[in-house]
Amino acid sequence: MQFLWAFIVGGAICVVGQLLFDVVKLTPAHTMATLVVVGAIIDGIGWYEPLVSFAGAGATVPITSFGNALVHGALTELENSGWIGVISGIFKVTSAGISAAIIFSFLAALVVRPKG
Amino acid sequence: MAVKSAGGGKYRKMSMSPKEYQAFAKTREPSRSIFGNCIRAFIVGGAICLLGQAIQQLFIHLAHMKPEDASNPTVAVLIILSVILTSLGVYDKIAQFAGAGSAVPVTGFANSMCSAALEHRSEGLVLGVGGNMFKLAGSVVVFGTVAAFFVGIAHLIFGTGGAH
Repeated sequence: MQFLWAFIVGGAICVVGQLLFDVVKLTPAHTMATLVVVGAIIDGIGWYEPLVSFAGAGATVPITSFGNALVHGALTELENSGWIGVISGIFKVTSAGISAAIIFSFLAALVVRPKG
Repeated sequence: MAVKSAGGGKYRKMSMSPKEYQAFAKTREPSRSIFGNCIRAFIVGGAICLLGQAIQQLFIHLAHMKPEDASNPTVAVLIILSVILTSLGVYDKIAQFAGAGSAVPVTGFANSMCSAALEHRSEGLVLGVGGNMFKLAGSVVVFGTVAAFFVGIAHLIFGTGGAH
């Protein structure tokens, strides 16, 4: 069942992105930045976690979950180590995504001959 | 200067005002309906999330991870796949078809970083790859971080102390 909701919710978030492309005429960079900020705000008011438990990867794979993870790290550290956690915790949860993207992109640049 | 247009035997003046040109370009643009774009984005985006869900289930059942712990390795696997497909030039083809469907998932984030790294490889590892990798993805990181900071501050001020 979660597979179905992952497909529907993930697809729906992509449709929102497509509407920002086509209707609001945002550039891809503006669209992604908007979605990340929206994800951060939704987690700030506590609605992203229920969405994740409902839709699984449908909520954790789209870029909105990046904003969610940044806020999540900040709030968890805020709880654990006080006000400085707002700064020190931000990248705690997202490390896997950012690090993997940096490392593998770098390795690809070493190995792959660019086309055209 | 006049050129023969493809269709009839009519001659079209090539010096057009910018306005005329835009109107002309609009008639020649391939018409992609917003609805069709949304359907494609929905199907491809949903499929990528479905793949993510399948990978996550593998981690949960084979590596006995808790669902919340499994999302990090899942994202890492998707990023590796995206980097490989970008290196092979396949991801860009998917992106042309899917629009936001391939840009919004985390694979699109990895694609923007990897393609920037490959594109600027010829300028050297430090200035090219290192300096340009975040050219497109940077705005996501910057705005996400700033937004997370302000959400954290809001929680600090309103004394919820982290609601999670």
